[in-house]
Amino acid sequence: MSIVEILFWFLTALALFGALMVVFSKNPVHSVLWLISVFFSISGHYILLNAQFLAIVNMIVYAGAIMVLFLFVIMLMNMNTESEPQKSKWLRIAASLSGGSLMLVLVAALKDTSGRVTGVFKLDGNIGLIKNLGQVLFTDYVLPFEISSVLFLSAMVGAVLLGKKETNSIIS
Amino acid sequence: MTILQIDFFYFLEKLLLIGGVITFSLIIAMYTTYAERKVAAVLQDRLGPNRAGPFGLLQPLADGLKLFFKEEIIPLTSNKLLFVIGPALAMITAMLTSAVIPWGSSVNIFGRNVSLQIADVNIGILYVFGVVSLGVYGIMIGGWASNNKFSLIAAVRGASQIISYELAMGLSLIALLMMTGSLSLKTIVEQQMNGAWGGFLGWNVLYQPLGFLIFLICAFAECNRTPFDLPEAENELNFGYHQEYSSMKLGFYLFAEYINMFISSAIVATLFFGGYDIPFVNETTLAHTLGGNVVALLGVAALLAKISFFLFFFMWVRWTIPRFRYDQLMDLGWKKLIPLALANMLITAIVILWLNK
Repeated sequence: MSIVEILFWFLTALALFGALMVVFSKNPVHSVLWLISVFFSISGHYILLNAQFLAIVNMIVYAGAIMVLFLFVIMLMNMNTESEPQKSKWLRIAASLSGGSLMLVLVAALKDTSGRVTGVFKLDGNIGLIKNLGQVLFTDYVLPFEISSVLFLSAMVGAVLLGKKETNSIIS
Repeated sequence: MTILQIDFFYFLEKLLLIGGVITFSLIIAMYTTYAERKVAAVLQDRLGPNRAGPFGLLQPLADGLKLFFKEEIIPLTSNKLLFVIGPALAMITAMLTSAVIPWGSSVNIFGRNVSLQIADVNIGILYVFGVVSLGVYGIMIGGWASNNKFSLIAAVRGASQIISYELAMGLSLIALLMMTGSLSLKTIVEQQMNGAWGGFLGWNVLYQPLGFLIFLICAFAECNRTPFDLPEAENELNFGYHQEYSSMKLGFYLFAEYINMFISSAIVATLFFGGYDIPFVNETTLAHTLGGNVVALLGVAALLAKISFFLFFFMWVRWTIPRFRYDQLMDLGWKKLIPLALANMLITAIVILWLNK
């Protein structure tokens, strides 16, 4: 096995174990911390693909910002198994069935692709570097890029508006 | 020697470098605590520590030993695993950033060209931000695992402060990145070295004074230093997220702050003050007379001198300016620094476009 393969299997095992622990942890704070470890191993996979920018942005945005907000909410609400109302048995069965069938569809879709995918390395090893990524984003995909940034801006304005103290002037 | 497609001498070289940098950071952080007391003493017209060893130089050792010998208390109702992980995370994230800082150019040892930087990744600055954004976890986990509402509130206070100032910090750097066109810290330093007057006129602080100011203020907030040390405001807010900690775990939290100070000083020096550039000296001509290795070591000394100045600045501010109120802190971060950083970014972009036309 080459070093890349060893790292790949190590990161894969780590990601899957972390993902399972997210589901099986009793304590929601532990779930969030396991989810962070999943993001780390996925960042490792990005680095193996030489997509350093994606790897680090994944860490900054998901592990550094979104998960911190999750932790905020969960820590302040202090949820645990005793105080939280449990979902009914039928709901749990339905959830596992639908989740399981989604996984089945995904596995079936990905089963035959192994021969057809042309690896990123074969195209160009530098394709994931920030220079190429920026050029692609601002030339080929400039319209979707700008539209999504407008979407983020509107979400931001909406959040500020919701967070403001409600006065009569806004309603009327 | 090559096994598994790895050059093992390269591996050894990097391992030694990592060990060296970490040991060095720890020693510097240790003596920063000593320097802090001495600077405080000078500013307050006192003597400062002078009992342990000559000039009190063994004081940091005595402090460390004291912390190790104190009784270790883990509260019964705390989450024990996370309670231990918290300070460890604080230390780890404090040390991680040192990997991308170029401590010097390269030295020649036994015919091998050894770069004095652990990893020259082409996303160096983003890596720094990634690690900084992870620094929140040490605070959050420690505060929550203590199972004490004061710790939890202090942890939330500290985490929201760090997240708020991260934004302004990132925005202040975008203007700098537009000028340099590279995210690699080594490239940024090399560009600064090419300036006139032996590199001095290439220093980014001359072109980005506002960006530097915003970055410095944010660095103070990220390190939880006065005037922004609200996460650990002991007199008015009942101490901080490390309220339940004792012994060396408390020591780790306090020590991580000094390592953070050292690393942020190194980053400020690298980004804005030429890194290992010796001002008014042309390194390539000097290398012909003195030899490359000597010049590289002089460069490291120059970087350390710049870092020492910023460490002193951190202490100077701490013992001069009183603490902000929490709403003032948030006001400064969100309503003043972020718009300023945005304006700085816009002006820089316009000037760059105008000059390139």
